[in-house]
Amino acid sequence: MSEIILEAKHISKSFHDPVTINVLNNINFTINKGEFVSIIGKSGCGKSTLLYILSTMDTDYEGDLLIDKESMKNKKEANLARLRNEKIGFVFQFHYLLNEFTVLQNVMLPGLKLNKYSEQEVEHRAMERLKTLDIQKLYSKKANQLSGGEKQRVAIARALINDPYIIMGDEPTGNLDKKNSEIVFDIFKQLCDEHNQTLMIVTHDQSFSKKTNRIIEMEDGKIISQ
Amino acid sequence: MNYKLIISIARSLLLARWKQTLVAAIGVTFSITMFITLLSFMTGLNDLLDGLILNRSPHVRLYNEIKPTKIQPINFSKDFINYHNFIHSIKSTNSREEIYNNGSIMETLKNDNRVLGFAPKLTAQVFFNEGSININGLINGVDIIAESELFFFNDYLISGKELDLKNVSNSIVLGKGLAEKLLANVGDVIQITTSQGEIFPLKVVGLFQSGLQEIDKLQSYASIGTTQKILGKSKNHITDIQIKLKDITQAPAIAKEYAQLFQTDAEDIQTASSQFETGSSVRTIISYSVGITLLVVAGFGIYNILNMMIYEKMDSIAILKATGFSGKDVNMIFLVIALSIGFFGGFGGLFFGFILSSVIDQIPFNTAALPTITTYPINYNPIFYIIGAFFSLVTTYLAGWFPARKASKIDPVIIIRGK
Repeated sequence: MSEIILEAKHISKSFHDPVTINVLNNINFTINKGEFVSIIGKSGCGKSTLLYILSTMDTDYEGDLLIDKESMKNKKEANLARLRNEKIGFVFQFHYLLNEFTVLQNVMLPGLKLNKYSEQEVEHRAMERLKTLDIQKLYSKKANQLSGGEKQRVAIARALINDPYIIMGDEPTGNLDKKNSEIVFDIFKQLCDEHNQTLMIVTHDQSFSKKTNRIIEMEDGKIISQ
Repeated sequence: MNYKLIISIARSLLLARWKQTLVAAIGVTFSITMFITLLSFMTGLNDLLDGLILNRSPHVRLYNEIKPTKIQPINFSKDFINYHNFIHSIKSTNSREEIYNNGSIMETLKNDNRVLGFAPKLTAQVFFNEGSININGLINGVDIIAESELFFFNDYLISGKELDLKNVSNSIVLGKGLAEKLLANVGDVIQITTSQGEIFPLKVVGLFQSGLQEIDKLQSYASIGTTQKILGKSKNHITDIQIKLKDITQAPAIAKEYAQLFQTDAEDIQTASSQFETGSSVRTIISYSVGITLLVVAGFGIYNILNMMIYEKMDSIAILKATGFSGKDVNMIFLVIALSIGFFGGFGGLFFGFILSSVIDQIPFNTAALPTITTYPINYNPIFYIIGAFFSLVTTYLAGWFPARKASKIDPVIIIRGK
């Protein structure tokens, strides 16, 4: 039995405005180290909401979330921020790079924030990750000079900078064409196979999810198959 | 907390919108410039106007007032000691105006280290003879060296040399208005009639202009010796001792002490010229409030620009938070942005304020009332610069505080999902 990275225990969430709507209803599952999981479901089934709870950004829920066997309930905002910085890497549908910075600086930012390595080391690590993703040539460009596919790869490099326990993606290929989607998928696959990286990707792209190790399917705030 | 990283992020955000930043900084620069210039100019003028009176006024003046004695003969009577006595039509006795034993008083003053210096003085009421007309006037007998040193006599001398008053016997320095009436100029000899009726010739060695017409039309200066001769008094006849203190605020206390110690009347400057103090403090308050208003307006400008910047940078803030920056870090980034606008804007303001006040200092300002002033007065007091720097940081900090708090409270989920 491999190590459990993330565990959701009875997670529920409701919106109360204007009327109470149950978005998530008693979600239970675990993710083991090295798994490549995709969460699928129709629009509005609560999969993104779940992802943001699992990412610790949304703290307004019932139940408990354990990351690396540590409960996330009752943690302070600053502690959660620190934890996100260290243990979780993010890839969003829209690339969300900081346009004021170069590609290299964008990748370095979470590493500098973690403050575990010196600036030279962080830079070296950032370059390594850019090389892995085959975009090292772009390092000095500003974020807004890149194409969509390139941006998404930079975002993946940024997610990897602190060697996170888990990479979470919210429709990371949703905004990309087929060719770029495949490139991004291949990168994820490679990370999973070669580096034993845990990944959890929310998507509604069937061709994407089919290729992953495990599919969690959601409907109306519940898991219907996993 | 990693301050280096936070400062570098703040810098990148600032430089990315450098035009906006510049506008905000110019707002601060402008207000600090005006603050410095206004205060320098205002207090410069204040000092000038106060100087007209205060520079020439002693901090403590020792003299003997002609007044009826407080202890009347009936008070010595044992029979009426517990009575309340009404006495009418009391007259002053033929007491001497001079300060008794002034030699030893001056010796004591010389050894008192609270005293910056003192100048003995006596005055003589005389008539200046202009043909058949007698013009009422006053001769101040002064120790010209002490007078120049303590009361800036030189500043008011428009022709002649003040030392001639000491070196030339029977010499006089006339007020400009008085000299015009007498048609006298430096080198002329004028005649006066003393109150005893004696006629006395005096040589004009200089003219002064105090800026106060009343004084210029009435007064003149001679040496102590000459004045004593005019009055027909002895060498130790002194009616006033004018004292300058090292600390002007001690004047009332010291005046009381000296009145007790020397058995004379003593008047302090606060009592003698209280209206000038009031005037200058009101003017100072006005300049400070205008200056601070300017800063507050600049503060609102910064507030607006930061608020706009936060709306523009919502995505960046969300991503910073998602990748592990806490609310405190984001708060810090925006405070650093606000404070650096305040710092550089304020620094520029101090610089331009200095330049602008130097320019004003060069503008010619000639007025008949102020012979020694040729340009507008400016006070380069470093305290204005310190206050300016302090206020620029405080207002920008406050202006940045609310937007920074707002930024720190942004929920990244809402931003990221909202796309």
